[in-house]
This record gives sequence, C-alpha cells and structure tokens, in this order.
Amino acid sequence: MSQSNRIPGGLIDRSGTLSFTFDGRSYQGHPGDTLASGLLANGVRLMGRSFKYHRPRGPISAGSDEPNALVELRTGARQEPNTRATVAELFDGLSAQSQNRWPSLAFDALAINDRLSPFFAAGFYYKTFMWPAAFWEKVYEPIIRRAAGLGSLSRLPDPDVYDKGFLHCDILVIGAGPSGLAAALTAGRSGARVILADEDFRMGGRLTAETQGVGGLSGADWTAQALAELSGLPNVRLMTRTTVVGAFDHGIYGAVERVSDHVPVPAEGKPRQILWRIYARRAILAAGATERMIAFEDNDRPGIMLAGAVRAYANRWGVAAGRRVAVFTNNDDGLRTAADLRAKGLEIAAVIDSRKGEEVTGSAGRLGLRSIKVRDGSGRTRTVECDALAVSGGWNPNLHLTSHHRGRPVWDEAIAAFVPGPGGPAGLLPAGAAAGHLTTHGALKTGAKAAAAALADLGHKAAAFDLPEAEDAPVSITPKWHVPGKGRAWVDPQNDVTVKDVKLAHQEGFRSVEHLKRYTTLGMATDQGKAGNVLGLAVMAEMTGQSIPETGTTIYRPPYTPVAMGALAGRSREKDFKPTRLTPSHKWAAEQGAVFVEVGMWLRAQWFPKPGETHWRQSVDREVLATRASAGICDVTTLGKIDIQGKDAGAFLNRVYANTFATLPVGKVRYGLMLREDGIVMDDGTTARLAEDEWVMTTTTANAVPVFRHLEFCRQCLWPDMDVQLISTTEAWAQFSVAGPNARRLLEKVVDQDISDAAFPYMACANITVCGGLRARLFRISFSGELAYEIAVPTRYGDAMIRALMKAGEEFDAVAYGTEALGVMRVEKGHVAGNELNGQSTALNMGLGKMVSKKKDAIGMVLSQREGMVAKDGLRLVGVKPVDPSQPLTAGSHFIAMGKPATAAHDDGWLTSVVYSPHLGHSIALGYLKDGSARMGERLRTVNLLKKTEVEVEIVSPHFIDPEGERLRA
Amino acid sequence: MIINHPLLGPRDAQEFVYLGDARLIGRPDGMDEGAAQAFHDHVFLRDNPAGEHRELWFHEQGDRSWLVVTRNTVTHEITKVELARDVARALGRSK
Amino acid sequence: MPEHSLKPLTPLGHESPETVTLGPVTIAEVVDIALASLAVRAGRGGDVATAARKAGIALPPPGHAAAGDPWSAFWMGPEMWMITAPCSTHEDIVAALKPIFGDAASLTEQTDAWARFRVTGRDLPRLFERLCGADLDRASGGQAIRTTIEHLGAFLLVREDGAIDVLSARSSAASLHHAIIAAAKSVF
Repeated sequence: MSQSNRIPGGLIDRSGTLSFTFDGRSYQGHPGDTLASGLLANGVRLMGRSFKYHRPRGPISAGSDEPNALVELRTGARQEPNTRATVAELFDGLSAQSQNRWPSLAFDALAINDRLSPFFAAGFYYKTFMWPAAFWEKVYEPIIRRAAGLGSLSRLPDPDVYDKGFLHCDILVIGAGPSGLAAALTAGRSGARVILADEDFRMGGRLTAETQGVGGLSGADWTAQALAELSGLPNVRLMTRTTVVGAFDHGIYGAVERVSDHVPVPAEGKPRQILWRIYARRAILAAGATERMIAFEDNDRPGIMLAGAVRAYANRWGVAAGRRVAVFTNNDDGLRTAADLRAKGLEIAAVIDSRKGEEVTGSAGRLGLRSIKVRDGSGRTRTVECDALAVSGGWNPNLHLTSHHRGRPVWDEAIAAFVPGPGGPAGLLPAGAAAGHLTTHGALKTGAKAAAAALADLGHKAAAFDLPEAEDAPVSITPKWHVPGKGRAWVDPQNDVTVKDVKLAHQEGFRSVEHLKRYTTLGMATDQGKAGNVLGLAVMAEMTGQSIPETGTTIYRPPYTPVAMGALAGRSREKDFKPTRLTPSHKWAAEQGAVFVEVGMWLRAQWFPKPGETHWRQSVDREVLATRASAGICDVTTLGKIDIQGKDAGAFLNRVYANTFATLPVGKVRYGLMLREDGIVMDDGTTARLAEDEWVMTTTTANAVPVFRHLEFCRQCLWPDMDVQLISTTEAWAQFSVAGPNARRLLEKVVDQDISDAAFPYMACANITVCGGLRARLFRISFSGELAYEIAVPTRYGDAMIRALMKAGEEFDAVAYGTEALGVMRVEKGHVAGNELNGQSTALNMGLGKMVSKKKDAIGMVLSQREGMVAKDGLRLVGVKPVDPSQPLTAGSHFIAMGKPATAAHDDGWLTSVVYSPHLGHSIALGYLKDGSARMGERLRTVNLLKKTEVEVEIVSPHFIDPEGERLRA
Repeated sequence: MIINHPLLGPRDAQEFVYLGDARLIGRPDGMDEGAAQAFHDHVFLRDNPAGEHRELWFHEQGDRSWLVVTRNTVTHEITKVELARDVARALGRSK
Repeated sequence: MPEHSLKPLTPLGHESPETVTLGPVTIAEVVDIALASLAVRAGRGGDVATAARKAGIALPPPGHAAAGDPWSAFWMGPEMWMITAPCSTHEDIVAALKPIFGDAASLTEQTDAWARFRVTGRDLPRLFERLCGADLDRASGGQAIRTTIEHLGAFLLVREDGAIDVLSARSSAASLHHAIIAAAKSVF
C-alpha cells in the first residue's frame, strides 16, 4: 500500500524506507516515524479495541499519553503487549499486532459488549459478581480473568538483558522541549554538570511539532542549534529515549533508557534498556503538557484526535490525519491546527469553537470517522463530512513528578488546568508548560529562570541566556468539558469510562476523587489518567456543584510511564540473581563430582558421590560411617570468623556472650552462646584465644554478617571506650575440619608441630605451620563428636591444603564429607544448629540454660530470665527415635500424646531436625518437647498433618553418640 | 534516600542497614537493681513519632560506622547525622 | 618466603592471574599484593601516627588511599586502615608490621580475604556507572571509595595513572569478574 496520507515536509528521512507489518499486512514508512505515524501515513487509523466495550480505536495522541493505540510489538519471546504505537520508533522489519480483539481488529466478536453496555456501567463487577459467594473462586474469577487485560504475554523467558546504572549531576533537566533546552543551555554554559533527558528519540518537544519559530529560526533548526552547542559541552550529557519515571527522596530520580527498543534485536552483549538511578542535586521538570479531549457523544472513533497531535503528525511526520479535517476547540491553540493544516493544503471542513457557542454533538463511522454532528449557537444542528476531527480541550501540565512525594497540584483558572502545587520533591523546579507556562516564550523564559535559580542554590553563577524571540499568545481558554447528550461520551478512553459512568458514581455516592477512581477505574492502567483524569474530575465537579479545586484531584505516583519488569530486575535474574561465593576447596570438590548446595550465597559440597552410588543416602551414609570409623575431611570455611583484638577483648566477649570468656586461657577455645537483648539465642560458635589480646570468634554461616553488625553496635554504641577492634576474617582463611579416630594421625603428617593429646589437648588452639612452613591455625574442636580438629591456612592455599589432607588421609581411607554428613553427625551428637537456633528459642530450651551466667552483665542475660522464658515445663531439646526402627521420621512433625487428637490444643512441641543415622541404623531426630527433660523414655506420637505421616517415638537424650565425650577427648 | 555521612559525605541509604530508635544506645546495666523493668522498657517500648525521629543506621557497605540519623518520618528529611560513638560518649557511655 | 610444598590458587581459581581485554578496557587479576588491616588501639592514635610516620607509612584521611614504596594504605573506617605491600617482600605482612606498631594497633592479615582486579583503559567512568553508584567522573587519583557492585561490597581504589583497582571478597571473585565483564561488553 502506498503512503496515501503522507504529505510534504516534516522531520522524517525520506531518503530511507522502512518496511513493517501490522496484523500481517506490510507497510512502508521512513526513519523518524513512529509506528502510529507510519500507520497513519498509510491510511491506517484503526489500531486497537477498547478495554471493556471493544470499541474500534485509533490513536488520539502523538506521545506517551496515548490511551488507545496499544499494540503488541514483535513476535516470539520478544513479544511485548500494551505498547503505545505513538512512541514505538519505527524500524525496518518491525512486526506489530493489534490486541484485545478476536478474530480480527475489524471484526471483533466481543464488540457485543458494546451493545450490552447498559450492563457494564461503572461498578458492574462489584454489583454482578456478589453472590452467591461460593461462585466467586470457581466461576466468576475465571470468567473475569479471561476477559481481563489487553495484550498477551509471550510466556517465554525474556531473551534480552537489562542494565542498571548510576549517574550523578548538578542539574537534571527532565524534558528537552523549549523550557528544557533553555534550562540546559543556561546550566551547561555555567559549567554545572547537566543531564538532559527526553523520552522521545528526537529532542525538541513541541518545537518539532509547531510552525512558530524561535529567534528567527524554525523550531527544529533552533533545537538543532541548541543541541549542537550542548553536545559540545563536556559537562552536559544528552539522553534521548530516556524517560524519568520517578522522583525519589533526596534528589534521586529513576529513569529508563530504551537503548535497543528501536532496533530489531539488541546488539550482542548490549542491554535492551537501562534503569538509571540519577543522583541530582537539583532537577528541572520541563516535561511539557498534555492536551485533553472534550467529551461528546461517540467521541472515541478512529479519526478523532487531539488537535496538537494532528498538528504534530502534519508538521513533524508529514502525515495528514485526514484529508478533510474538522477542528473542535475551546481555546486558541486549537485554531493553530486549522491554520497549519490549511497551510499544508489540507481541507478544513469546519472549525467549531465552543467559545462561540458551537459544539460537536456526535459522530458517525463504524471503523473510522465519516462525519460529525455540529450544533451552532442558535441550536441548529448540521452534519459535517470529515475523516478527522482535531479536538482541543486545553492542556494539562505534566506535573506528575511533583506529586511523587504527595505534593498536591493546584488549580490555575487562567489555563483551566492543574499546575504544580506545594509539597513537591525538594530541589525539583517545574518550568515551562509543566509549570503552566504554555507559550514558547514562557517556556524558554521559565526554563532559563529555573536553571538560574538552581545554579544559585548550588553556588554557581548563571551564564547569560539571551531569550530568543518566540510566540507568547495567551491561551484564551473558556473551559468546555463535555457536550450534554444522551449517548455515551468518553472521558477516559483507555478504561472505557464515560460521562454517564461519572454521573452514576456521583449518584451512588462515590463522589470523592479517590472513590471515583476506584469505582469507575478512571485513570488506571497504562496511561495512569493522562488522558482522562482532569476531564472526569471536571464532570464530577459539575455534578456536585463544587469547583474543580474543591472537588480535588488524585495525585500521581511513580512510574510516569510503564516500566518493564526486566528493567527493574536488571542483571539480577536466573543464575545471576545473586552473587555466588565459592569455598577454597571448590575446584577440588568439583573435580570429585561433588553435589553442591546453596547456603546463603555460598555453594557448599553437599555430598561426594562415588562410582556406583545412585542415591544420595548411600554417599552420605558412607561419609558418616567412614568418618566415625577412621577420618573425614570437610570444608568449614563458610563459618563466620571475626578477629577480635584489644586489651578489653575478653571483657567485651563477656558482655556479648551469655557465658564467661574473660578467664579463658591463651591457647584455648570455648563454645559460646550469644543472646539477643530480649533473651532469645542469636547465634553460637567457638571463640579461640590465640594471644593475650587476640581472639578469633566463629559464627554460624548464616549469621556471619548480622553478628558482625551486632558486635560493632556493642562496640560503638554501648561501650565506646572499650579497647576492642573487630574485623572479619571469614574470607582470609581456608578452614577444614578433620574428624575421626585417625584425625590426629592424619594431621601429624601435615603439621610441623607436636599435636599429641598432651601437647594439644581437647579445646586447644595455636598458631602453627604446615607442610614445611606455611603459617596456619589449628583448633581442637569437634562438631561431629569425634576426635576432631579444624585447621586453617591462608585461603589461596585452601585448594592445596585439601589435596594435601586427602593425600595424607589415603592410608586411613579418609573421606571428604559434605554438609549432609556434617548435619547427620551433629544431630547424632546432639549439637544445635540453624533448625534449633530459630529465633524463638532460649538457652534453656536448648538445654544450655546453665551456660547463662548471672554473675556478669551480658546482652540478653536479664530478659532471658523473664518468667515466661524460665517456665519449668517449657520446651526442652530432646532426642527422638522411632519405636519401630524401620519407620522414618519427618521434620516438622508435632509431638502429640498417645491417644490424644492431633490438634493445636494437644501440641507438645515439634521435631526440629531429622536425619537417618547410619551408625544406629534408623531415623533419629532432635526436637523441642514441653517439659522434655523430664520425659525421657516416654512414648509419644509425632504427627505431620501436611505430609500425612504419624510415627510412634521414644524420647531419649539428644546425645545419640558418645554421651560422655570420650571420643573427642581421645 | 541520601545520608550525609559525617566522615564520607553524602551516601546512598542503600549502603546502610537500619536498626531503629537511637534510644537503644541507652542500654541499662544488667547488674543494677530493677534491671528487669529497665530492660523491659528498653527493649520493648518505643515511640513511633510522625515527625522527627533519631534512629540508628549502620554503614554496612561502607566504613562500618553506626550513625545516629535524625530523620522526619513523614517527609524523610534528614536534619542531622552523627557518629553513634560520639553520641554514646556524650550520653556518658564508656566501658 | 617460607619453604613449603603448597601451591596457591588465584581468587578466580587458576594457577596464574587472569587478564581479559574487552574493547578499550583491560581487567587484570592482581595477586602480588599483601594486605593487613590496622586498627588503632584505644587512645593510641598518636602512637600509631608516629610509628607510621617513622616507618614511611602514610595513613590517608577518610575516603582516600596513599601509595608508597613498599607500604601503601587506604582508609577503611574510623581509626582503621588497610596497609598493603608487595607479596614478594612482605608475604607475612603482619609479622612485618608488628614490630612497627607494637601494641598500639591491632593488625590482622587480610591478604587472602580479598580479590583485586585492576581495570585500565579509557572511559572507565562509563564502565563503572553500570556497576556502582560511585561518582568516578568527579573522583581523582588517591581516592578509596567503598561501594556495592551487584550486591557485593567493594573498594574502588582510584590510582594516579587513572586505573581503578576493585577489591572485593575473595569467595565471590568470579561473580564480580563476571559482572565487570558483562558491563564492559554492554558499554563498549
């Protein structure tokens, strides 16, 4: 098809041709076109169906406020619904589809909704799907869900990447129309660091769309001159295709840059979009204004557009919205459309000026406008044949960002529109049309002025900005909101809200603007009220007999335009969702075929399958049995390590641990229990005294960061003069547990010192050397219950160390064991871990009540003794074994007395940790049981209602292995 | 938000971890008479002002300083930022 | 260097440091620098300053680094610095610092807690603005900026020659490296 509606002029590149398709048909456009201008140039004005009534719709605007022309762009995984054709930059090969229609855009079966419209008035869903309540989930919700929504998702993973980025500037200028350019020139020339961001792919704002010149040049030429100067300034950054979507606290702005949306596929490695976090000391809101419709019967037909948009299509894109155009306006701006089109040789069918008592009362044309009905001042009605109607109901300043901190707009009678009110984000200065200065002169002047004010604030001297000559005609608006009539007159075309709906809301008492919005859906969805909010409000004001400012206004929240979820996620998706921490033995473990598990950000070896092992339990059982029989080696680097030094370190540890530390001799390790101030256990671990004033604390893997934070709090906020210094050394040392009866013999082959039991008894620690001189730390501590050591070497030697240990262990058939075997052995030994340290449990619950020293003040000591926490019959840690050894236990099961029903009233506690003990040959568990210590030998049921298991168990000591601790002292 | 760190200048609040009311600095002595009541009040009773609030922030992705930030909870305006250690010392806390 | 039989690995898990060049930037793993934290003991600020001066260790103010030979340092927090020296001469860096500061400071070996990538090339601010909030356009040589890169805490040491050393936790070196490379591909 030829570009039948292409007319001369415009800022498109006619030397290039772009082919694109819409609903499968091929069209051609030019570089500089949007999808909407390209389609209009080809005579296509039907671009979508409305949300509720499935009415045929075409674009009404030429910008991001477009409520109608929403299309699906691209195909396959890149298919994107609800894209505004008016801002979609045309590229060669673009494929677009209409949406919310079936089977085709021209014939849509659900257009029946339009005939049924009396049933779909405001509040329809609230009223219809009320009863019976039982129908809601099974019947109504599926029906509503099927009918809801506009476009469809691809349901495939997004193949593109999105970046996040950070920018800093003195002055962020939002919008590159006349006011933004004047602001950027003023600020840029002054040497301030400036970012000029515009959502369009071409800067200039209305200067690209109007025929009035600036300073003797055309708007486009003046813009080009300004941009040439700005791009030569090293302190100015120009960002096209960049929408500032939100104003956040203290000068932080969010902006989305569409880097690759105008190309078929992003270049290799390049992002599709970038979400910028802009730190701006000051910002100038030069976002312009949005024109609004006048509501009249059937004012939503394709071909009925905003007057400024019709002008923009003609002047910027060389596109005639129609061949015979009528204009309906309540202000002088609409008259410009008539003048500009006439100058382009287009026929003006009529100019209907409501200020003269004329009005448009209706329209005809099934899939596009054919004629309008006009009533003149004397009440006579005539029909005017036209294929386009340009409507101007006045302009609304784009003040959205000034509302992002709950600032309320105020009514400006002179332009009959809301302008930015008080309470806007600190440091954000509105200028130009966004501030209600609707003339080019006003825009240039206030843009420069805002920049000067911002510069003065920042202590810069503003450079001169000689105001170029520009039009300064008054708006001369006499508000005309809607034309009374019987038919439906659209207020918010996107949500199919009509004047009648607003009246109904009023009639039913939903009169506050917030109620109006929620009852009628006015201003919801992608355009967020840009098209219809003020109009709806004005109609409501008319109903209530109040003025518009009395009626109030809803405020706007971020984002200004829709933001893709991918942009918000950035690189944090799939395997890059979070960083991965690797243990020092990772490379070696991977070579062994270890199965890894995520523990926080860490990847830890979970078990090490051997050839022939087909089930994880085979590997874990083997690792446990081999360790208990001879020796096992495990990477325990992930445990937090905190270096604590200073003369008061011992006294400090006394305060942060519930038990006593200051008396611990040099060369010894002690298990410590750390409480929160409310008396609940926070963390546990061993702390070693390596020298008189040098200690190393270990924390659980999960709590390494919170414990460090807590210790810094204690050090800085509670006892600021204590001589204590802290630094994390988790990453500095590769630490391995060597456990089992042959642990010493194994280690003796590696370490350079005497580690006999006499020289290095249970709970000893020392700085030693290994393998002929590498400095290392050795701790004789045991989590497994076996004779065990932990040996630490500088991390870069961790890989070599695990290899050396495994080699030394060959003669003992030593095994590497993973976190599963570690877990089995600690449960067998009755040690608490994460499942028991659940943020609700006390030392007493864990059977460690005696560790809480009352002879000294320590964090949590006082409140751990609260009445409710020391109850004699409170929860106590117990061991649990099934009466029938063949029965597996289930973690999370609750204790219920024999013969009692499995209800909360008879809940006696729960199983915290369950493992299969290969040593005992049956399932074992730890659990919290009411008055547990007094119930040894008792039989109970453990019931898991979720997994539907029930097992009869016997309560035993939590120490399944070596209760006297002979092994670990061997 | 931006927190104007006393040593490092303006820093994004994302670098910080929030704890809460700066009154947590005033920890009672556990060995004092009436400690149980004092700790109850210290741990569990908080004002929740709509307006100026002194609160503790930890510069976790920074210099590991605890700060006392005076922030308006309604407007998020920050009027004062101090090193918590200095605040603690000024309150007479020592060892 | 002590005589022992163990072979070290780099933070990226190789026997020798890795260097990648992408467009105008080169990202090189640096492993020959030993690190130790120095924290002033209570009330010993004067002693530490004197000892440092005598030993030729410059202790820079907040947010800064000071390069020297053999000692360099950057500020970590109130009364805390990271001291660095070449591994070839100061592998056991704490042992070398202990006689200088005695009991006036707490010294902790940090060499293997960190991975260091030296990023060189033009337009580095354009690269780092995709990674972190540090304002490198306004940064000058000698600044030490603590920031966050893809959830990872990091120090950016801006060197006098314009190169930027990124220091971050050793265990997540591969994730950090991946992030820098992805950003470089994205920008250049």
